Amino acid sequence: MVKWTDQERSTVRAVWEQINIDEVGPEALARVLIVYPWTERYFGSLGELFTASAVLNNAKVAAHGRVVLRALDEAVKNMDNIEDTYAALSQLHYEKLHVDPDNFRLLADCITITVACKLRSAMGPQVQATWQKFLSAVVDALQSQYH
Amino acid sequence: MSSLTAKDKETVKAFWAKMASKAQDIGADALNRMLIVYPQTKTYFSHWKDLSPGSAQVLKHGKTVMGGVEYAVTQLDDLKAGLLSLSELHAFTLRVDPANFKILSHNILVVMAITFPEDFTPEVHVCMDKFLASLALALAEKYR
Repeated sequence: MVKWTDQERSTVRAVWEQINIDEVGPEALARVLIVYPWTERYFGSLGELFTASAVLNNAKVAAHGRVVLRALDEAVKNMDNIEDTYAALSQLHYEKLHVDPDNFRLLADCITITVACKLRSAMGPQVQATWQKFLSAVVDALQSQYH
Repeated sequence: MSSLTAKDKETVKAFWAKMASKAQDIGADALNRMLIVYPQTKTYFSHWKDLSPGSAQVLKHGKTVMGGVEYAVTQLDDLKAGLLSLSELHAFTLRVDPANFKILSHNILVVMAITFPEDFTPEVHVCMDKFLASLALALAEKYR
């Protein structure tokens, strides 16, 4: 289980408060599909993903981006128990979706970069460190039911 | 990993032109972030007295590293040949585990996003990521 200092908790919450889930979700998902195109293998049902502009204009990508960020909200609300909170999601990603967990790391990096664009200098190095520690915990939790 | 297409090279050069004047600050910020966010990277700098943000050594080294990246932008048509001596330096003298190139690249991308939020579109992001990955590969060429 991950240990958090009070400073880290308030940092994660402060970052989260500055994020508009409906903006960051779609953009982060679009970035992962554009920057790491092999991730498209998991999104056959989302329709046209062939070009960057197709991805950026795809309403289903945007909708799914929002779904992903709303799930991240659960992790923010349950920082001391991310593994249990995500147990069912982990099972889903392993047993039904068959996602290679390295892709969680790729999406996490795209989320960080999208958030960096929004927060700019408010994402100083310590904030980045804490935010990435949080996303690592989320990635580990998503991988926890893989066997 | 694939090599850069003509369009990739154009995009890299165009974005670099925008950031050239801020390159040194970006280098220092990226290096600083790497040392803080990935503390294991500090092991390569145990000979520095001061690893704190804004220290003269971090600033100077950020400048040096970005100088290397800037040089790589002029060698896009053959990064392996262009970066041969830098590769030998990293392989035989510095002996940096090449996994760290990816770590520094990530931090360079984060600082680019922070500095140019409007220009660092997903299309620019993928090109810069490919460029830095190709750079890292060229840098690792002489390792073994």
